[in-house]
Amino acid sequence: MVANPVASSSVAAGPQGGGRTAIAATLPGTLDQIVRLTRFQFRDYLRSRRFILMFAIVGVIGLILTSVVGYFRPAFISDPLAFYGSLWGGGVPFVVVLAAVIYGADAIAGEFQNKTGYFLMGLPIRRITVYTGKFIAAFLASLAAVALFAAILVANGAYYLGGNALPWQLGESFILAVVYLLAVLAAAMMFSSMFKTSSYATLLVALLFLIGFSLLQAVVSGLANITPWFVITYANTIIGGVLSNSCENQPGMHTCKVGGGPGGGFSITVNNATIPEGAAIMIAYFLLTAVAGIFLFEREEFS
Amino acid sequence: MTSPSIRAEGLTKRFGPTLALDRLDLKIEGSKCVGFLGPNGAGKTTALKMFTDMIFPTAGEAFLNEVSVQKDRKRALAACGVLIETPEIYPSLTPTEALQMVGKLRGLSDAALADRIPGVLAEVKMGEWANKKVGKFSKGMKQRINIAAALLPDPEILLLDEPTTGLDPRGMAEVRDIIRGLKRGQRLIFMSSHLLAEVSDVCDEVALLNRGKLLFYDTISNVSTQFARGQRAIDVGFSRPIDDATLGTKLAQLTGIASWERMDPLRVRLKLSGGTDGSIERLFSEVAGLGVGAVRFQESASALEEVYMTQVERGD
Repeated sequence: MVANPVASSSVAAGPQGGGRTAIAATLPGTLDQIVRLTRFQFRDYLRSRRFILMFAIVGVIGLILTSVVGYFRPAFISDPLAFYGSLWGGGVPFVVVLAAVIYGADAIAGEFQNKTGYFLMGLPIRRITVYTGKFIAAFLASLAAVALFAAILVANGAYYLGGNALPWQLGESFILAVVYLLAVLAAAMMFSSMFKTSSYATLLVALLFLIGFSLLQAVVSGLANITPWFVITYANTIIGGVLSNSCENQPGMHTCKVGGGPGGGFSITVNNATIPEGAAIMIAYFLLTAVAGIFLFEREEFS
Repeated sequence: MTSPSIRAEGLTKRFGPTLALDRLDLKIEGSKCVGFLGPNGAGKTTALKMFTDMIFPTAGEAFLNEVSVQKDRKRALAACGVLIETPEIYPSLTPTEALQMVGKLRGLSDAALADRIPGVLAEVKMGEWANKKVGKFSKGMKQRINIAAALLPDPEILLLDEPTTGLDPRGMAEVRDIIRGLKRGQRLIFMSSHLLAEVSDVCDEVALLNRGKLLFYDTISNVSTQFARGQRAIDVGFSRPIDDATLGTKLAQLTGIASWERMDPLRVRLKLSGGTDGSIERLFSEVAGLGVGAVRFQESASALEEVYMTQVERGD
């Protein structure tokens, strides 16, 4: 009988023979595993109800915008920059946040809540591989939603502005929207790593990105008179800003004349993020929250 | 080729003020099946989760094939098939796709997967469900897929946490058969359970854990011999309640009965001083002849159960 300190036994078990089959397998490297995991995660997203939901929401938003523009025929439908500045610049930050909420907010918390994590974590795979694979899959699924939104608007633009009226700034704005998506998704997954219940993570991410940051920006810049360079909603104004031909929405700090008529109007100083500044803030958000998210997930216990 | 091994070195886990596992030192080496026994809350799953890096030790370290799980989970788990709790599988995947994911992440080739997946699915009796989505499966069916996933790479070490959980009696018997079959290979199976019959039926050795402490680890035959001292017990069931006086005057006076214990008004456990099959046969006819309403006569729990009860109660 063996007890502590080290209990051990060397009794051989049942008959040998019949044994294990020789299965050739070389454990893939981390990058290879990330690609393999991403493929399965993305396939899971494509088949999930949330993918249909996301596409339905984007479709409904597109339909509403199409109907409103078609019915009211606003002045901007004759100006490509103003058209995309208003519709794309105004709508895509919301689509990005929605996609991050739907795909990112429960990406990690869901693994705990639904117990799918137990299936993955028993495999010879690093935690960072799981996190990165899930991030890339969520990013691709979100990007599909953003691309759908862009396609709806371009179709509208082709109708009102003609087939060739695609301003190059739309491409620039699209790239900035993708950077914003990376930042919001990384933040959503970081918050997801803090919880083991999807609903908490989803609620927190939705509240923060739909209300919280805008409120913070208003308080910081309006009451404290500080440039809110650390708030992501300050940075994301460049997405619409690069398309805007109205002084108030253009990137950077400048003075604009507002109004006119007999009174002569008045001047205001606007303090929008410049393009490099906005891009840097979004990239910083992405990097910091991605590192923090991985750090948290590395320490999360499947208890 | 070195034999598979698992080793815990001072493995300790605290959840706040609760000490879930207390300095577990355990070394298991060779091809065998070891049952990890203990009551609910003993620390079995906690230990297994630390062996798979799902939770982190407060102190100590776990090794699989002498590779530290805490330092290099990927390499440590490479030779290991794992089933902890009852994992859920992504509902949109079919069993085949879920196993493809497992296989691809483990580096199995397409050819190996094409050959292996139908085999393991057939082994867990899920072949006909191979291409149906997992989302609609029952808990028992999912558990079979989980077992298939653990078996897929034909691992050297199998860590199974209550593998028959969620299965119907037939499923439990089938899983035990599978585990018995797996013992033929050069494989170490470490299986937690609170089902004594399961452990004594399937395993060669047993480690008993209670309140986070390892009470013993040895072969089942050694445990039975040393702790239970070969004493056998018979459970007698009655059609009507039997009072203590009748028990004392009639039943307990029969030859070969060392002591008796009332389990409930209709059940009494007789502990025998001898214990040969012949003496039990004789006792059976004597009890029946007493006219006290004896309707069931069954050998009591195995020696392992005696040991389990004694040791766990002592620990409590």
